[in-house]
Amino acid sequence: MAESRVHLATDRLTAMYGKFTAVKDVSLTFTANTVNALIGPSGCGKSTYLRTLNRMHELVDGGWITGKVLLDGEDVYAPKVSPMQLRRRIGMVFQKPTPFPTMSIYDNVAAGLRLERRVSRAELDEVVERSLRQSALWDEVKDRLKASAMALSGGQQQRLCIARTIAPRPEVILLDEPTASLDPGGTQRIEELVFELKREFTIVIVTHNMQQAARVSDTTTFFYMGSMIETGPTRQIFTRPAQEQTEAYITGRFG
Amino acid sequence: MATSSLPTPEAPATAPPASLVGAQHGDRVFRLLLTTAALAIPLLMGFLVYELYTGSALAIDRYGLGFVTGSTWDPVAEEFGAAPLIFGTLLSAVLALLIAVPLSLGVAIFLTEFAPRWLRQPVAFVIELLAAIPSVVYGLWGIFVLVPLLKKVVFPFLRDTLGFLPFFQGPIYGPSMLAASVILAIMVMPFIMSVAREVLLAVPNSQREAALALGATRWEAVTSAIVPYARSGIIGAVILGLGRALGETMAVTMLIGNRHEIAASLFAPGYTMAAVIANEFSGAGTDIHFAALTYVALVLFVITVLVNAAARLLIWRVSRGAPAGGTGL
Ligand SMILES: Nc1ncnc2c1ncn2[C@@H]1O[C@H](COP(=O)(O)OP(=O)(O)OP(=O)(O)O)[C@@H](O)[C@H]1O
Ligand SMILES: [Mg+2]
Repeated sequence: MAESRVHLATDRLTAMYGKFTAVKDVSLTFTANTVNALIGPSGCGKSTYLRTLNRMHELVDGGWITGKVLLDGEDVYAPKVSPMQLRRRIGMVFQKPTPFPTMSIYDNVAAGLRLERRVSRAELDEVVERSLRQSALWDEVKDRLKASAMALSGGQQQRLCIARTIAPRPEVILLDEPTASLDPGGTQRIEELVFELKREFTIVIVTHNMQQAARVSDTTTFFYMGSMIETGPTRQIFTRPAQEQTEAYITGRFG
Repeated sequence: MATSSLPTPEAPATAPPASLVGAQHGDRVFRLLLTTAALAIPLLMGFLVYELYTGSALAIDRYGLGFVTGSTWDPVAEEFGAAPLIFGTLLSAVLALLIAVPLSLGVAIFLTEFAPRWLRQPVAFVIELLAAIPSVVYGLWGIFVLVPLLKKVVFPFLRDTLGFLPFFQGPIYGPSMLAASVILAIMVMPFIMSVAREVLLAVPNSQREAALALGATRWEAVTSAIVPYARSGIIGAVILGLGRALGETMAVTMLIGNRHEIAASLFAPGYTMAAVIANEFSGAGTDIHFAALTYVALVLFVITVLVNAAARLLIWRVSRGAPAGGTGL
């Protein structure tokens, strides 16, 4: 890697639901153009942590945080920051595909761009094609861009959602178990895609699948009961974990 | 469905178990019952149309289709035309929807997306209570509260500001097409509001979050993702309101002024089909008067069926390719 600029970081981040602490005191850094996996047993706070990064957490009733999230060194929770602007710089893909069912494939991809500003048809065409190519969906849908997004398979829908997320050119992409509802074929395509996308984006991905984390990520972070237990280069975490809990989890001795 | 019988665990797989035969028999009886019940409804409809038709045969023979275009209603001279009634029914219903739909959708969106949580249930509950008030009570409230208010404040204001339009010209009586439309709007609002609210509540949170994660504001999420997702249900809510507005009788007749006339001005009195039937049926002295009123009922029936069919078609076209609920993940 040519540069190793810290793109996104959290500093002593704690996330609460009312009085319940879901994420405790997590400090992490994510380098630009890397894939960073978050692993840990169900309920350990991976999704909550991810959603604090683009301020989706605060949309939940009672959701609040202490600590800092820094994007290029700038505190995203500073009063002058608009969450809407922030979410245009930090895109998100969910566990289940969430295409807009009343929109065509084309309109789904264009949705984010249209929110932002008036865009000319020519520019839209270009962005839609580029995003669909980048999410490895173009060849499958180029003849039916006007068809409903619901006509696609689950895996295709998820790639469509990735295309929708990258169309407005965010800098960071958050993926929350993006392959959890897909078959092995669909999973493999998304994994290849994630690998491709890191050329342009910084990626944080939550996964339950150890092999997936090992295959696609540069760094891996292990969460347990809301705390960050261990973080490091993926190879190191999977071969020589420093913490006993990490080793127990990745070898499947608890989950 | 009756053919795929359930395996009974205790019965050996080879011998035909008696319990299965019994179950199938039970299924048949059940099916027969349901089929009868299902057939009874179209039959009842057919019977209703037949009754309306024979009841109005005298008037149909004498006036033919000219009945729907004629505009004189004179029981003494035995001359009957229903055009002002049809006009009044359609216009009051459409005006009522024009007023009620934006308001009820606004309230429904506010209650599901923007209102503080503690406010949502109580307000929805109160609005649903409004739907339970008998229409004669609305009529009385209309006469004593609404009409004086409209007459003294709202109508003069409309005449002063929008008086260049023919709809807001002429003398102000009080009871009028516009007064009836306003009371109708108030009466259908709770229905449209509560159905629209249910439909909006059924929109999966994932749709909301998908829009917000793209950088949409709350309002943009409503317009770009939530309302489109719910659109066929929302149209359904509007149609429910339209159906009620077309058939509403009591409150309308108390406020519309009951005059057989097609007037451009909304301040002028009018009449509706449902209202004329309710008012004149018991006093119909002649056979032809009676037949004319039944003819009006037949026309009302046909219009209602047509409007509903058109509405269904609309829902079907809108929701094609986009399942109304469920699979929208
Ligand atoms: N809306 C909410 N209100 C209150 N508590 C919540 C809410 N969402 C999650 N939690 C709690 O926060 C904790 C962390 O949840 P989170 O969804 O972040 O876990 P996760 O690691 O993503 O789990 P999974 O792997 O099952 O997705 C859990 O104990 C959960 O019960
Ligand atoms: Mg999760």
